[in-house]
Amino acid sequence: MTKAPVRIKTLTIDGREVGAREDQTILDVARENHIFIPTLCDLPGLTAVGACRLCLVEVRGVNRLLPACVTAVAEGMEVSVSSERIDRYRRSILELLFAERNHVCSVCVTNGHCDLQSLALKLGMTHVHFPYQYPRLPVDASHERFVVDHNRCILCTRCVRVCDEIEGAHTWDVMSRGVDCRVITDLAEPWGKSESCTGCGKCVQVCPTGALSEKGKSVAEMSKRRQFLPYLTLMREARR
Amino acid sequence: MTDRKTRLATVWLDGCSGCHMSLLDTDERLIEVAKRVDVVWGPLVDHKEFPADVDVTLVEGAISSVADLDRIKVVRARTGILVSLGDCAVTGNVPALRNRFGAGAVLRRAYLENETLDAQIPRQVVPELLPMARPVHEVVPVDVFVPGCPPSADLIFSVLSDLLEGKRPTPAAIFG
Repeated sequence: MTKAPVRIKTLTIDGREVGAREDQTILDVARENHIFIPTLCDLPGLTAVGACRLCLVEVRGVNRLLPACVTAVAEGMEVSVSSERIDRYRRSILELLFAERNHVCSVCVTNGHCDLQSLALKLGMTHVHFPYQYPRLPVDASHERFVVDHNRCILCTRCVRVCDEIEGAHTWDVMSRGVDCRVITDLAEPWGKSESCTGCGKCVQVCPTGALSEKGKSVAEMSKRRQFLPYLTLMREARR
Repeated sequence: MTDRKTRLATVWLDGCSGCHMSLLDTDERLIEVAKRVDVVWGPLVDHKEFPADVDVTLVEGAISSVADLDRIKVVRARTGILVSLGDCAVTGNVPALRNRFGAGAVLRRAYLENETLDAQIPRQVVPELLPMARPVHEVVPVDVFVPGCPPSADLIFSVLSDLLEGKRPTPAAIFG
């Protein structure tokens, strides 16, 4: 198989000139150059979907903010990844995530190991300006080894993507819209009754919060092991 | 700063007192703090009335009862810098876990289901619960937020030190 030669694009990120392959996104290039852009739904090895909106950046000449994880680079692009405006929006997004469900860090299984919690610290979120919604959400502990706690879910869909793209089971999916949106197993069956679930636990390990955890883990005991993902992706690439 | 000592108060609303314990965990550093402040109010003070002209008040706990609500309004009116100390004050935290079930469910659980002798929900002396436990800033304006469950002694000490020097701290601290 012959491949078309990959073109190189030159762009600036926060005034810094960087080179990128044309098939890269702004997020890819920023990471390569050690420029920090916050993310929650993104996980290298899984398809980018732009669900969390935390990676929003400014591109000169474009009115709206663009998600860096799904925006391809272009020649001469001028990108700002940090500004007073972007920082404010990102904090608001985080605060909305905290207000929308019941994220009670102090009694959460992932306290101290949580991507949402650590990002709140990193982005300087002091408190939530929006009224907390306190929705009444279920916890499904029907699976033999794992638990899904919808109170902690931020709908990043990492579980959906890892189950579909890496494990190939597609047990997880998403149902309903807006504040009613939920991740589901099979056709919204209890997880323990799922016929497609292989019990591999990849979803649990990629989940950024305490929404998915292993049974038997108490407060602050659930740290995630994600080493398998770059490994599996690499092996797959090599086989192609 | 003038020679006048800073008038410091601490208030214990719906929390477990862990934040106050963490304040005490600043250990011998409290001696230095004590030289520079007048502690005009605290959980162990027997006075019924919150004093006037308080410079700094640290509030632990969420706003959960009618008494909390009355108290925080007086505290706010009489305080220069109001500090939300700890996750219950900043986020609602554990006291707010009841919010999705309502105050009635909590009272039934505590006073009826778990009581065998003359079970009844108290209607006197014990202040009435609000329908929801709320973080302090949803009720009155708050000047400084110190998250943590509890905030570490070092964090509390650094916030206090800044306040005593007339600075307005913006602590970088993790929730939980």
